[in-house]
Amino acid sequence: MYRWLIRRLLISVPVLLGITVLSFIFVRLAPGDPVRMMINPEYLAGGADEYVAQRRAELGLDKPLPVQYVAWLGEVARGNLGYSFFDRRPVGDILKERVWPTVELMGSALLLALIVGVPIGLLAAIRQYSVLDYTSAVLSLATISTPSFFLGLAAIYVFSLKLNLLPTSGMFSAGAPRSFGDDLQHLVLPAAILGLNLSGPFVRYARSSLLEVIRQDYLTTARAKGLPGRLVVVRHAFPNALIPLITVVGIQVPALFAGAVVVEQIFSWPGMGQMALASITQRDYPLLTGFILIVAVLVLLSNLLADIAYAVVDPRIRLQ
Amino acid sequence: MNAIASASARGLPATPTTRSARSPTQLALQRFLRHRLALVGMLVIVLIAAVSILAPLIAPADPLKVDLAFFRKPPGVGHPLGTDSAGRDVLSRLLFAGQVSLTVGLVAALVSTSIGLLLGSIAGTYGGWVDSVIMRATDVVLSFPVLVVILTVVALIGPSMQTIILGIGLFYWPTACRIVRGLALSLREQDFFLAARALGATQAQVIVRHLVPSVLSPLTVTATFAVAQAILLEAALSFLGLGVRPPQPSWGNMLNEAQSLTILESMPWLWLPPGLAIAITVLAINFIGDGLRDALDPRQRV
Repeated sequence: MYRWLIRRLLISVPVLLGITVLSFIFVRLAPGDPVRMMINPEYLAGGADEYVAQRRAELGLDKPLPVQYVAWLGEVARGNLGYSFFDRRPVGDILKERVWPTVELMGSALLLALIVGVPIGLLAAIRQYSVLDYTSAVLSLATISTPSFFLGLAAIYVFSLKLNLLPTSGMFSAGAPRSFGDDLQHLVLPAAILGLNLSGPFVRYARSSLLEVIRQDYLTTARAKGLPGRLVVVRHAFPNALIPLITVVGIQVPALFAGAVVVEQIFSWPGMGQMALASITQRDYPLLTGFILIVAVLVLLSNLLADIAYAVVDPRIRLQ
Repeated sequence: MNAIASASARGLPATPTTRSARSPTQLALQRFLRHRLALVGMLVIVLIAAVSILAPLIAPADPLKVDLAFFRKPPGVGHPLGTDSAGRDVLSRLLFAGQVSLTVGLVAALVSTSIGLLLGSIAGTYGGWVDSVIMRATDVVLSFPVLVVILTVVALIGPSMQTIILGIGLFYWPTACRIVRGLALSLREQDFFLAARALGATQAQVIVRHLVPSVLSPLTVTATFAVAQAILLEAALSFLGLGVRPPQPSWGNMLNEAQSLTILESMPWLWLPPGLAIAITVLAINFIGDGLRDALDPRQRV
């Protein structure tokens, strides 16, 4: 296990470096002076050309690109992602405020997608070629095919504007004291829309995974020794069918981030996605490049976690 | 089995009758035609493509013609689907927008699949460090959600149809790449590959002559799903105001206005038709993809 873990971690190192190289390219392509991006704007008041020149030399920005990259990487490693053009605060601080709402939204959506998608997929596999199987196949493909923004607008139209059941936007009611019920009401629609979009793949993967397991010899053995059919499926097939879903969760994380950007925008959810879109209109390049670096690192981490979880559950992986 | 048995009983050689001997292509076609949803999807797409291409002939009005006398008019005579905030005919815009969606979908899928094919076949046939470098590169690209990367690219070079196609093309190739590489790795061990190598074929010749034809069917499936993904991405970007720029109509940017609650609540003709158009088109393409996968690559059923 430890040897496998070390090998897996070592593979992540070049990927992490690649992510930073690509992010650095974005930083360099952004219009504007990268030196000014990295300097606390308070020092820039009253024309501090000398100071800028001094920082430029310190940051190595008068040197060739590879040297610049190393210097930039050093700053990032120390937690300096630059300063926002818009409100002049450190990018790291802004991201810290924005990351939790997004994680809350993505986490609830993922949970919802698993709770809804996996049982439907398993049931469809048990009753292969039944009406339920066909209906779930069509519906799961429909949720994958319908854009989340259209689904979100339709949901606001029905549940907020026509039925007046749920709030249209935000994370909590302004002015009112925070309460769990109020927070939950605000979370329901965005999480449901994001979760619905995600449940489609889970239905499809859970179904095909169980169908594959059902055909295996050890299940025939279990049936042959006289175990009732239901027990064979639940006790012997389910655990093995569910293991590959760990990888599917990992694969879906980038889609979850992309979906969050759109859903946050529709529901004015104060997360990273909404922030990223605002940073584009405000031409706040330090904030935008900081955002995509963080997203990529989070995706890398979640894939790493998924792989490790898989290896813990399924010893065959470790031996490869 | 029965046919063979009766054939040998009559003293004929025990070979399958010619009736059942179909070529793989015929078998695949047969499987595809049996997939009812895929056929429906095919029909829908042909229809949507036809009305989009014929838009200049069949659209009731000029999709760009502004007429403020017709400000957000509900569906009625002359404007079957009503008019938008600039008095433009919604149905005409819907038809012309179909051209944008289908073009972006097809070209972006073609670009990304080609890049994936190229890199995947190089990684799979050469192996070694070349393979490692390409596989780590796919890991890097896969760490960036495509939508997020294109948002950044758009912020840097400005929104346009070309930017979207370029963005999807450059960041959607890892799926195709991994599939081609996987197949190349298994094909590399097979006898006809070894024979080609033994006869002195170069790596490039092996890739072009033997690998590409072998991976074409699974790649068709990937490319089909990529078309659906690209259409969804374009719609999302245009919806966010970062894709196809008005006044040029696109299904996504037609929905952009519906972010205002007034329009959402009282003018459903402005957002319902383009939203349904995206959903139906993408669903139809995904059905075709499912049908193609079952037909061309029955082992990969999901």
